[in-house]
Amino acid sequence: MKIGSLLAHVRELETQFAGELRAAAERHRDDHDVYHQSHTFAVTADKRIEKLEPLARRYGGQAEWKTAIGEGSDELLEDLRALYLRAEENAITWVMLCQAAKAARDQELLTLATECQAETEMQGKWFTTRIKTGAPQALVVA
Amino acid sequence: MADRIADPWGARTPYPQGDDWPVRVDENTRGKVEKWVQSACVLCSHGCALDIGVRDGRIVGVRGRGIDRVNHGRLGPKGLYGWQANNSGDRLLHPLVRRGGELREASWDEAMELVVERSRELLATKGSGALGFYTTGQLFLEDYYTLALVARGGIGTNHLDGNTRLCTATSGQSLKETFGCDGQPNGVHDIEYCDTILHVGINTAETQTVLWMHELDRLRGPDPPRSIVIDPRETESAREAQVHLAIKPGTNLAVLNGLAQQLIENDRIDRTFVDEHTIGFDQLEKIVSCYTPGRVADICGVSAGDVRRAAEIIGEAEHLLTFVLQGVYQSQQATASACAASNLNLLRGMIGKPGAGILQMNGQPTAQNTRETGCNGDLPGFRNWQNEAHVAELARLWNVEPLQIPHWGPPTHAMEIFRYAEQGSIEFLWVIGTNPAVSMPELHRIRSILSREGLFLVVSDAFQSETVRIADVVLPVALWGEKTGTFTNTDRTVHLSEQAVEPPGEARPDLEIFLDYARRLDLRDKDGQPLVPWSTPEECFEAWKECTRRRPCDYTGLSYDKLRGGSGIQWPCNDKAPEGTERLYADLTFPNFAEVCEDYGHDLSTGASYSEAEFKASNPQGRAILKAADWKPPHEWAREEYPFVLTTGRSVYHFHTRTKTGRAPELQGAAPDAWVELSAKDAERLGISEGDVLRVSSPRGSVELPARVKGFREGVVFVPFHYGYWDVGDEAGPDGRPRAANELTMTIWDPVSKQPQLKTAAVKVEKA
Repeated sequence: MKIGSLLAHVRELETQFAGELRAAAERHRDDHDVYHQSHTFAVTADKRIEKLEPLARRYGGQAEWKTAIGEGSDELLEDLRALYLRAEENAITWVMLCQAAKAARDQELLTLATECQAETEMQGKWFTTRIKTGAPQALVVA
Repeated sequence: MADRIADPWGARTPYPQGDDWPVRVDENTRGKVEKWVQSACVLCSHGCALDIGVRDGRIVGVRGRGIDRVNHGRLGPKGLYGWQANNSGDRLLHPLVRRGGELREASWDEAMELVVERSRELLATKGSGALGFYTTGQLFLEDYYTLALVARGGIGTNHLDGNTRLCTATSGQSLKETFGCDGQPNGVHDIEYCDTILHVGINTAETQTVLWMHELDRLRGPDPPRSIVIDPRETESAREAQVHLAIKPGTNLAVLNGLAQQLIENDRIDRTFVDEHTIGFDQLEKIVSCYTPGRVADICGVSAGDVRRAAEIIGEAEHLLTFVLQGVYQSQQATASACAASNLNLLRGMIGKPGAGILQMNGQPTAQNTRETGCNGDLPGFRNWQNEAHVAELARLWNVEPLQIPHWGPPTHAMEIFRYAEQGSIEFLWVIGTNPAVSMPELHRIRSILSREGLFLVVSDAFQSETVRIADVVLPVALWGEKTGTFTNTDRTVHLSEQAVEPPGEARPDLEIFLDYARRLDLRDKDGQPLVPWSTPEECFEAWKECTRRRPCDYTGLSYDKLRGGSGIQWPCNDKAPEGTERLYADLTFPNFAEVCEDYGHDLSTGASYSEAEFKASNPQGRAILKAADWKPPHEWAREEYPFVLTTGRSVYHFHTRTKTGRAPELQGAAPDAWVELSAKDAERLGISEGDVLRVSSPRGSVELPARVKGFREGVVFVPFHYGYWDVGDEAGPDGRPRAANELTMTIWDPVSKQPQLKTAAVKVEKA
């Protein structure tokens, strides 16, 4: 049973995501949509952490997984790419937890993981949208 | 003529449900009229048909056209008095170019060569993405379509947007999200058939005066419709309502979700309609279920009983007509809220029928054309930038390679165009018929971008606006009445506006300026022929008809001749509907098909865009999409240091930054200066009396304005957004006694429609 360990890991990931979102927001204050959206997403990451707490306590266990994502950057595109990857990493980790919840017949965890997976996936989609919009100007004109 | 400053709506002509609105011809002329020339009003989105009175080559008045479907002869105060701006002594008569820091008179050749030289240089060194165009909602269709071809097909830049981004972007976007395509579902005649009117963030009495006359005459008739108003302010429209939900600014979505929750809970929904003609109900039900009247009361600061009562009235309606405007579009979660308003009609199965439907209103007179022609961040003819077949069709029409037309992403929205200019990747910006130095949010930022070293700023205008003052090249333009063209109002009615007089001095129609630019730049199609094949407005209109063929905005049944003499005509107008179309979706089939739709849609919470595959997987197949989202508090909420919420808006006497209305003596006299409205309770608490000069400050700037103590929400202040600095001295400028509402507003926009949020900013208020 590794659910506890994975829950501890996803808590780490979401904590990192929230921190990275807030740091990126400050680095890109003048890209106003990125600034506000990153703060909004950070609040939802906080809420996911808050909601997973009881389950993490119930399962117990230490985080034994490693994150795949690197540092932030002053380059907007680079930062957006890292945040996209972080959102995707979190989303796929929530997918794992969905599957584990099904096998463990844990409805509470399944409900939470399904909701968090959809939310992080949509946040990843937003980063895709934003990168698609901004890349042509940043890479070809600026 | 009656004094229409004191009485903006004139005498009542009551009528019962189902009757035609009686004709009342309004006229305002100075002396004898030699000839009348057909046109329509350009001082709000209603597009009232009128004739321009001419004597000795000058405009001497206007008269409403009784024959027209839109206004039945009536005109509002702006229409009756605003024409005097054409004759104003301070029109721009010659091109200006900046030399040695000063704007100096120049010839058209000199000015245009400068514009063309800078364009060429940038195209050669940085490419088309270094050029941006920021246009308006006040040109004619022919001007816009020509500009769209020049910018998108010729230069190949993605950076073409309109100030319509600030006024009507959410209207178009919400229609795309719900129905798959832009296009006003209903028309103004539906006022004659409705039994219930829901106003969401629309101050009809002041912003759409003739629409208000239409409505007021029903309200004074024998069987008046019931009315609900959602608006933080106690407006004239609100005083006529059965229920006025005076919500806190920034909470539209919560109250609309609450109304949907009540309709569902009380089983006031049309199950058959919802099952057969919509998708997304389950998701919507899940999201709105927690918006109980009690929770809505907490979030919005209204009574739970009023929310229940409003839902009852909507639930009992047999002909529900819903109007939405800037109170939604310029506020928190604009697109989600506009969609939530449309959802109410869909839940009740009330669309496509006389008196039952939705009007996602426009602000400006020709904003509809900005959207249709591809000047407001869309491709012409409501084509979908993600749909390769649509782009290929456009490329065929223009005879250019599909890759020439930028479609790697949505056309760049105005706020992003300004961001690129701020960062220096856009070095050429052509501002046409708009005044961003007053109308955009966070003005100190906008002023610094526009006056940035390295940005070549071209401005087309008729007057010395605040933006003109910082331009590098100024091109004087012909106004309405001085050129011929067509434009389309908020309910799809197309009017012909004929030239009545010659433009003053060397001023030229915008169309001619764009043609001249294309010629001088030597823009060509892929066979080496001149890119723009037309040279007159009518030829352009004929080309535009081809661009709209088989698209939802089909103009193919229209012509200048057909529009002459009678009433304006609503698109779609084609072989199937030769006299136009009163309301869309009478067959309850919506353009939500992958091959037809203008947009594959977005997640309303984040603005993440959906792909073709995702759209197809949702399988709408011509059904409307019920899209819902949770309410979120605004990014800036009243707090200790800034305890008030600022909301901004229009006054009945003015339009935009008063470039025209400020030059009509009666309108200017009626409201010569800005003011700040606050509630009696707040005034008492702060020891403020009527007329005291107040300083209103936000983290971005401040204004100093006299107080008006009004009965409305505590904790909310209102400042009209029309007032800038062109008609006051430097001591009253931004560094002296600032008065432009947008000194205070913040740089933030709706994640879906990208419309800036001008209705909620945290401010503090003190005596100056």
